[in-house]
Amino acid sequence: MNFWDFVLLHQAEILYATMDHLLLVFVAMIIAILIGVPLGMFIVHRPVLRSVSLGVSNIFQTVPSLALFGFLIPIPFLGGIGKRTAIVALVLYALLPILRNTYVGLTAIDPAVLEAAEAMGMTARQILWRVRFPLALSVILAGVRTATVITIGVATIAAAIGAGGLGSFIFRGVALVNNSLLLAGAIPAAVLALLADFSLGRLERRLQVR
Amino acid sequence: MTATPVEHQQASIVFSDVSYRVENQPNRDVISNANLAIDRGETLVLLGRSGSGKTTLLRLINRMLYPNSGEVFVEGRATTEWDPIRLRRGIGYVIQDSGLFPHFSVAENVGLVPKLENWEAARIANRVEEMLNLVGLDPGQYGPRMPRELSGGQRQRVGVARALAADPPILLMDEPFGALDPVTRAELQREFKSLARRLHKTIVFVTHDLREALFLASRIVLLQEGKIAAVSSPDRFLNLHHPEAQAFSASLHERPGAAS
Repeated sequence: MNFWDFVLLHQAEILYATMDHLLLVFVAMIIAILIGVPLGMFIVHRPVLRSVSLGVSNIFQTVPSLALFGFLIPIPFLGGIGKRTAIVALVLYALLPILRNTYVGLTAIDPAVLEAAEAMGMTARQILWRVRFPLALSVILAGVRTATVITIGVATIAAAIGAGGLGSFIFRGVALVNNSLLLAGAIPAAVLALLADFSLGRLERRLQVR
Repeated sequence: MTATPVEHQQASIVFSDVSYRVENQPNRDVISNANLAIDRGETLVLLGRSGSGKTTLLRLINRMLYPNSGEVFVEGRATTEWDPIRLRRGIGYVIQDSGLFPHFSVAENVGLVPKLENWEAARIANRVEEMLNLVGLDPGQYGPRMPRELSGGQRQRVGVARALAADPPILLMDEPFGALDPVTRAELQREFKSLARRLHKTIVFVTHDLREALFLASRIVLLQEGKIAAVSSPDRFLNLHHPEAQAFSASLHERPGAAS
């Protein structure tokens, strides 16, 4: 049976796995953004917390993804088998690019603009929300974009701990040495990553302020 | 010469025995024992070389910095007693790189302080229009533009309009025309001089250009290594005997490459 016949035969299953995959990525990204962006804003004026949080999220990035899923299984509440554990691992992975870009975007602002804002009598809060944040938005979004592409890829490995998604095709394909199965997982994952990269890239350019 | 309380009442800004040091160089004063009373409505020019403390002196006025010893009084109150936000809302500030907010239109930039002060939208719009006209920019044409669509000279005009928008009694200007080409600079200097005469603001203007100082100032304060070296009217400045004043005066006549 060639690949196209396989796809036609299993299209419902592939579509389901793709939606499942998207759900994993979407939930993980929402949580990572909700943690990463506020934390990035919070560490702008706090150097100790900054090096700790950037350091810790850096470490998560360096742990091989399969190992990270494995480490989480025995941990109570967060761990176990299934989607919840997978989402925790994906959040830890996505955190660094979001956190780092938020911090970099907020701090790499023309000093003359910040000086003027301060001298005009804007409060620190007003400077953060009305000046730093809007000017950092495209850089923050670039971090979200990187994180999304990474997460779509890493989420295929989540199938190893029973989280479902496109990875389930890939693992079965590897186990059965069946290229059609492998491709049925790999191609949709690649397409998702490309689409996310493209659409977030366009949004990023629209938000860019020079 | 220490300023008396009476002077505090009449003057707009008073430096009373002000010294300022940076933390990592505790033995070197950036400003040492400065005493100076700046009158209401005068255009006082702080003249000096790079690193002479001009900008530091300026930033001590709106409490971007505060003194290690001595006090700076603004409208009779020490800057350390002012709420810095309130103090700064009453002081216009113009810098060399304009510092316009790149994500705001020209009109939004000019209307920012009135907006922070919760003016009504219609009043802000009127004021923005008035200010843009004042600095010679057509509000209909330039109001909706973004700062990146302006020339350097236009940006500085917007910077002045923005500083004046909430009608502050004091205007601080840090080399506002320093980065402009000579023709535009001369144009803005001329316009600003007539503007300053009409507005009756207390203006403190930082420059290293004696020509500019002579042209704009009602009084020149010469700074050298953090100390006030001389205070003079523009017409007497060229006859001062202080060596630093003479060095500046000599620079007026020097032409690059000319043998002396």
